[in-house]
Amino acid sequence: MDTKKGMSVSPRASEAPPVLSESSAGLLRELVAHLRQNRTQLREEWARRITRAELLTAMTEEEIFAEATAVYDNYVEALETGTFEALQAYSRRLSERIIPRGVETDEVVGIVLLLRDVLARSLFTKYQDNVEKLNRILDSYEPAANRIANTVAVGFVEERERIIRQQQEAIRELSTPVLQVRERLLILPIIGVIDPQRARQLTEQLLRAIRANRAKVVVIDVTGVAAMDSGVANHLVQTVEASRLLGATVIVTGLSPEIAQTLVTIGVDLSEMATVGDLQGGIEEAERLLADRAPPSTPMRELPPETNR
Amino acid sequence: MEVPILRQGQFLIASIQSALTDADLSHLREALIAQVGRSRCRGVIVDVTALDVMDSFAVRTLRDIAHMARLRGAETVIVGIQPDVAFAMVQLGLTLKGVATVLDLEEGLAFLNRRTEERGLETKPKRPSSRG
Repeated sequence: MDTKKGMSVSPRASEAPPVLSESSAGLLRELVAHLRQNRTQLREEWARRITRAELLTAMTEEEIFAEATAVYDNYVEALETGTFEALQAYSRRLSERIIPRGVETDEVVGIVLLLRDVLARSLFTKYQDNVEKLNRILDSYEPAANRIANTVAVGFVEERERIIRQQQEAIRELSTPVLQVRERLLILPIIGVIDPQRARQLTEQLLRAIRANRAKVVVIDVTGVAAMDSGVANHLVQTVEASRLLGATVIVTGLSPEIAQTLVTIGVDLSEMATVGDLQGGIEEAERLLADRAPPSTPMRELPPETNR
Repeated sequence: MEVPILRQGQFLIASIQSALTDADLSHLREALIAQVGRSRCRGVIVDVTALDVMDSFAVRTLRDIAHMARLRGAETVIVGIQPDVAFAMVQLGLTLKGVATVLDLEEGLAFLNRRTEERGLETKPKRPSSRG
């Protein structure tokens, strides 16, 4: 093995030691030519091994073969050119196609490693009489192959993370509906974990809805909230106060025993907040408040507008 | 910039049209409190729909107006606080405690009408609806 020269920070540097550089390019060319020549056979062997290892079970055999062909060609091209952009783009597209079908990370890593094995085996067979040359071929093949495996795996994981982020966004949007139950009465059921970002979004949506629906009473139901820390509790208090500034009364319902204990223990001041045990009680209370506030059907006709007292 | 103060029935309406300096706000406070007594009105509405920023001085002035008007015999209600302004206010801890706030001018008039009605009812035994 080549000694480390201190400069070998990037994989490229270690993959082409200066002594070998000229012949290593030649070896890589020879390798690529070999892989091109035996394309059909190696590709079939690979697809066979994928099926035998029971990878990509979510896909049909034809699909596996089609993808295997594409991966193979991109693989050889990356070996030949030493550039990974095309492979990167391909692995991203591939991930986009196969992630929705339930393909797991270990399967993708598995198939790329299988291809690496299949190609290494074929190199062993071809150069078995010339161990010295085989060694040199492997010297130039292995770093490149590892990098390819790396690229594909990272591409897959990145795509997965992108999808997860996208879904988180979608869940955030979905999970904060502001519902109008009847005129002037809104319900905001909160379900799941409240982080500061979501709490903020909730408040903004609620305030807009209060204005748009001219709401007088809002029932915030937190039955679906498992835990609440002081940050979220304070945010809830702020939401109540901001709603009041827009002229709406907030009733909080469904505080679980655990949350009630936590809030009192950590000493959040909830004295300003109207709370009712469950959603039904909250709505009843809200209707009482609305009735008290002289509904539009019975405006103050009792009192002539210009009476002087 | 002068804030126009309009009289509507028993109520005074101060409609803020644009951002106000501290001096403008103080002037508004003095003018309103003077007029409350002069016109014997029962309610004051301050419309802040046009404000997209509300600093601590503005909030304190609004609170002072409400408390001073109460001493002079009139209810005060602040109307038209924008959602974003409300959110910013509570984050700064400016919550206008003890001051009535409603959505808009229409609601403000309804609120004051109800309040004066309630006060009138306290002295009259006859009640229009059975509640409580």
